[in-house]
Amino acid sequence: MNTVLAIAGVVIKELYRRKDFYVLFVLTAVITLVMGSVSFFHDTKMVRYVKDIALLLIWISALVIAIATTARQIPAERENRTIFPLLAKPVTRWQVILGKFAGCWLACGMALIVLYLFFVVVSGTREHHWPLLNYCQALWLQWVMLGVVIAFVLLGSVVFAAPSSNATISFIVVLGILFVGRYLNQVALQEPEPLKTLVYTLYFLIPHLEWYDVRDLIIYDQKLVGWVDCGLATLYALLYMGVFLLGAWLVFRRKPLNL
Amino acid sequence: MEPIVETRNLRVEFRAQNSGQAKKVAVNDLNLSIRAGEVFGFLGPNGAGKTTTMNVLLGFVNATSGSAFLFGVDVREPIARQRIGYLPELTYYYKFLTAEELLRFYARIFGIPRAEADRRIEQLLKLVELDAARKRPIKTYSKGMQQRVGLAQALINNPDLLILDEPTSGLDPLGRMKVREIIQRLKNEGKTVFFSSHELGEVETVCDRVAIINQGKLKVEGRVTELVEKHQANLEQIFLNIIGYQPQLAA
Repeated sequence: MNTVLAIAGVVIKELYRRKDFYVLFVLTAVITLVMGSVSFFHDTKMVRYVKDIALLLIWISALVIAIATTARQIPAERENRTIFPLLAKPVTRWQVILGKFAGCWLACGMALIVLYLFFVVVSGTREHHWPLLNYCQALWLQWVMLGVVIAFVLLGSVVFAAPSSNATISFIVVLGILFVGRYLNQVALQEPEPLKTLVYTLYFLIPHLEWYDVRDLIIYDQKLVGWVDCGLATLYALLYMGVFLLGAWLVFRRKPLNL
Repeated sequence: MEPIVETRNLRVEFRAQNSGQAKKVAVNDLNLSIRAGEVFGFLGPNGAGKTTTMNVLLGFVNATSGSAFLFGVDVREPIARQRIGYLPELTYYYKFLTAEELLRFYARIFGIPRAEADRRIEQLLKLVELDAARKRPIKTYSKGMQQRVGLAQALINNPDLLILDEPTSGLDPLGRMKVREIIQRLKNEGKTVFFSSHELGEVETVCDRVAIINQGKLKVEGRVTELVEKHQANLEQIFLNIIGYQPQLAA
């Protein structure tokens, strides 16, 4: 565990010493504040638009941070040859995978906390009410979803040597799941066999990341998702994380360390 | 006395790049035995199989056949690496960390308590003369400084065996001298050092025994003084003769 945490610590240090997060945070803040300062037709519901935009930017920023940070972890270790002194210590390849995962996930969690704090301040000062529990639930679900994304990208990073190709493929897959994943069963119904079975299988195989998107509940001040459902969604995500991490380890343990 | 490093009929084959080609034999039936307190030089031309042998000892590559042991433990067991320090050739350490943070990271991996880690980091940064640059990110270091931080990380666990892959490669004469001094110092402390190098003069100065391999096969092994006496030549001439270099053809 100590080894995993030590490796995770280096990943976290890398995130806050690089400019990526700060650039995305400033971009999110500036766009949100500019949008918030404009008054369209004296619309009293303006705050909803601001919340919508801010949450969308938080989702995009978090995905960019998670995918870009994770995609470069293993390839950078191999390219800079730091994997050699690391594995020359009593460290297993499974610990490297777990450490990288934990580091990326925790780093994204910290980034999310900063982004949500900004969101709470912006929406709270305009609405004058603070549904903190809703925000905590939204943050938790988004973080859990990011865990699945990070584990998936980590699997990609041991398959693809170039971080850019891994990041691009991962973005397409994640956005595809978020936008199309929920409709696959309906698509399947309209298709002839064997395509129907194939699309249905895909529907049940992919992790349904869209379940973790509760932005509308925040924007329209709706009730929280039940905590049991929240727990089940967490277990569902943990299962996918486990599968992707196991896959990453199975590939990595046979992988030559030289690029 | 049990050898510190041992290989028995070690063979490593790599798949051919093209399907029509035969498998490449990187290491062929290699038997090595290094005893405690020895400085052992591992020599050979480029592509001879030195780094592959080291990679097997470090668990990076699996042997096709034969076996390898560190302190009597099979190298496939991670615990075999608990008492070793390894300096790879040309490594660029985490450039966003400082030397102090890098050493603390590796100390944590070995489970060294914080107070003890602080003491060792202090000692090692002085040894490799990076005390003044300890708070600077590694990305600002020169090549020589990076190599010295690499040497420091290899020593963080106070290892009984050091495996150094061309430790002076790419260094200026001053940098080489400093690394050589450190190896000499480790030897005086009774550490076992297993290192590969192309600097034969350096090997002749610091090594007790050497092994020369070519095309994956062990060609000669013995004490430096005995080899020099037996062949009536210096180590460089012995090396060139063994690998089949013919000066008249080159001319």
